[in-house]
Amino acid sequence: MNNDLYDLNIDDTYYETKLTRKFVTRKRYKPQNHKLINAFIPGTIREIYVKPGQIVEIGQDLLVLEAMKMKNLIKSGIKGKILKIHVELNKTVAKNELLIEYE
Amino acid sequence: MSLATKIVDFFSRKKKIDEPAQEGKVKQAKMGKLTARDRIEAILDDGSFHEYDLFVEHKSEDFGMDKKYLPRDGVLTGTGTIMGYPVCIYAQDFTVAGGSLGLAHARKITKIMDHSIKLGIPLIGINDSGGARIQEGVNSLAGYGEIFYRNTLASGFIPQISVILGPCAGGAVYSPALTDFVFVVDKISKMFITGPEVIKTVLGEEISMEDLGGARVHAEITGNAHFFAESELACFEQIKKLVTFIPWNSSKKPEKFPAKPPKINMNINDIIPKEPTKPYDIRDVIKAIADDSDFLEVQELWAANIVIGFTRFNGETVGVIGNQPLVLAGVLDVDSSDKAARFIRFCNAFQIPLLTLVDLPGYLPGIDQEHAGVIRHGAKILYAYSEASVPKITIILRKAYGGGYIAMCSRHLGADFVFALPQAEIAVMGPEGAANIIFKKEITESDDPDRTRKEKVDEYIEKFANPFNAAAAGYIDAVIVPDEMRDYVLHSLHISTNKQEARPTKKHGIPPF
Repeated sequence: MNNDLYDLNIDDTYYETKLTRKFVTRKRYKPQNHKLINAFIPGTIREIYVKPGQIVEIGQDLLVLEAMKMKNLIKSGIKGKILKIHVELNKTVAKNELLIEYE
Repeated sequence: MSLATKIVDFFSRKKKIDEPAQEGKVKQAKMGKLTARDRIEAILDDGSFHEYDLFVEHKSEDFGMDKKYLPRDGVLTGTGTIMGYPVCIYAQDFTVAGGSLGLAHARKITKIMDHSIKLGIPLIGINDSGGARIQEGVNSLAGYGEIFYRNTLASGFIPQISVILGPCAGGAVYSPALTDFVFVVDKISKMFITGPEVIKTVLGEEISMEDLGGARVHAEITGNAHFFAESELACFEQIKKLVTFIPWNSSKKPEKFPAKPPKINMNINDIIPKEPTKPYDIRDVIKAIADDSDFLEVQELWAANIVIGFTRFNGETVGVIGNQPLVLAGVLDVDSSDKAARFIRFCNAFQIPLLTLVDLPGYLPGIDQEHAGVIRHGAKILYAYSEASVPKITIILRKAYGGGYIAMCSRHLGADFVFALPQAEIAVMGPEGAANIIFKKEITESDDPDRTRKEKVDEYIEKFANPFNAAAAGYIDAVIVPDEMRDYVLHSLHISTNKQEARPTKKHGIPPF
């Protein structure tokens, strides 16, 4: 926490006050984009079941992400057309790395 | 064997145990740490430490453990006094097998815990351990579990203090987490469930031990620690000070000290700005009214938008909870509700009256707050205040808006005494927000919306931004001037010595943990 005073708006009133580090660095909300599939854990791509241009159904297998000796089968949450596959077989990916993009 | 030989034998056995301690002193010093014995002696009154279980040995045979002799099995336990107050104490010895916890080690700790429960005196645990003694397998886990069980049995009966003076990782963190006060020291304390190595392997995220679970992190970010010190010796002074404010056990009152007037002679009207949007340090108000201006703040660095701590009025311990307008305008949020609720429950369990100083604009708005569960956490403060049956005194200093007004020990949550200063504003929300809602139509349809808004805000201020509507309803007992605050607190405490309040009989309530 630094000692500078800021204006904090509560119910249309601005209060002069210090801000905590936790408040300043709070995670901004981002609405979930169902058209992007990101890695939920770092790991290695072991299988890719779909191709760009392919239309997939809800629940259809997309790829296998191996992490901590577990083979995680990633399925489609939506019905849609695959725009791009951003990963290759046996490539390691970081957490949150973009894997598949829908049109 | 003659008596003389027996005595010689005893001393030689004792020497065998104490000899490695010198080597240990050097090892600990290299890490900037004191030894287990030095720590105990620094906390306790001179010469008051009586050690127990010096000769306890482990019985483990696996992985070559049968050939390993571990003096005291890596932990010192015993009893002593702090400024005359009796305590049970234990200190893990990091120089003996890394302070690792095996069954004998754990049994020494649970024995001293049982002792402190039977005797009804506080327990102090000094943690400095690499974790479970892996060679002892499930017995080591059993040891932890038996400690947690006793921490819970003792909770609310005797005060429990944890001092983290080294690593405290994995399951070991849960004993301190179950106790009432956790002390940490900069650069020395490290607490986490999974360390940097595991995090790197599993998640690919890199972080230093200090940034993951160092003293500052727990004092400022997680709220796991209650007291932060720059050095071990400074930490021990904090412990001694805390002990003077709290009772031996829940059936006793804290020790009464000689009554003293406030040391700092400050006019409260000079501390609190007239405009409700201007900040000030609530701790100045506490010091202006408390005995000797003495205030022991708890969790100073975490959720600083609420201030909690111990002080005395007429020589008797009082727990103070105050909104802090200097930080985040003093709002209630997830962390500050959590912080206040736990403190209120400690005070209630140990017969410590509560003084609440109110000045807040309400709860903090935000997606992060909603998603972090501000409903569930915010409910904790309502629960804790409503549940508390100790004398509850509330003084509304300035703003008391909306849900924040209710939560801060209002009459409606069972406050015994509610006072307000003449400048107090007790209302559903601040004048700006209220006027924008009530007079929305007038404002938007006006030829000069800004002027109309200002007029309506002024109208609202005139009507509601005062303590008199609440006073007319009997929700506050008296409007008092700042100079009368200390007298009103002293009088309220004096007349509530025999307070009794009927409550429904039950096994226990279910707070929104």
